[in-house]
Amino acid sequence: MKLKQVSEILHAKVLTKSPWEDNEIQSACGCDLMSDVLAFVKNQAMLLTGLVNPQVIRTAEMMDIKTIVFVRGKMPQAGVLELAEDMGITVMSTEYPMYIACGELYKNGLGGRGE
Amino acid sequence: MSEKAISLHYEIDGNNFTVAGQASSSIKKVLKQLGVAPEVIRKVAISMYEGEINTIIHGKGGVADVTISSESIIIVFKDNGPGIPDIEKAMQSGFSTASDEARELGFGAGMGLPNMKKYSDNMTIESEVGKGTTVTLTVNLQ
Repeated sequence: MKLKQVSEILHAKVLTKSPWEDNEIQSACGCDLMSDVLAFVKNQAMLLTGLVNPQVIRTAEMMDIKTIVFVRGKMPQAGVLELAEDMGITVMSTEYPMYIACGELYKNGLGGRGE
Repeated sequence: MSEKAISLHYEIDGNNFTVAGQASSSIKKVLKQLGVAPEVIRKVAISMYEGEINTIIHGKGGVADVTISSESIIIVFKDNGPGIPDIEKAMQSGFSTASDEARELGFGAGMGLPNMKKYSDNMTIESEVGKGTTVTLTVNLQ
């Protein structure tokens, strides 16, 4: 699924500045426990999370995750978006809570094979 | 890769959660530049990052020494923290003594050591209560 479609489904606002519309993801994972992300997520997945600290970006970096969606309209602390830009990671924010955000994406054909 | 081993040293600041992961990030870039296989880089990145987080959460900071040779990548974490009274118990998935601060960052669920064991080819822990802990991770290149 292209990120443009992800942003439309989630009515998400893209917070990073790098080009993103045509980037593609194969699967997604909704998770607030970074150790679980490190233990189970496969490549080319997108991460949906309610955490907005720098460790989310670092975890994504370790796992080669290139897209992160912050749920429930959460906004990151200062410096988090700059770190994401440095890592080539696209960050979005949606007002949907985790359950709805994951459900909408799944309903539209995005599977969870990355978990 | 050259036959000569590369040694890298990192200081891990125990009071600054925001910089946690910098050493792992640096190693990941070095391994990429050396042309190491992606699956090996992934194993090193995951186990080293968990180790770095553990050194901050439990060790109150310390050092990481990484040796990259043609056979393996060896990562040694050393801290002067409180030590681990019962290593067997600490290895159990789900067992944790982490602070609320660590939990708020998405860690401290008792998965750090199990993840480090899972993603390395060998892990040893030496610990003395009141003195500190040394964790050695080995990821084989061949």
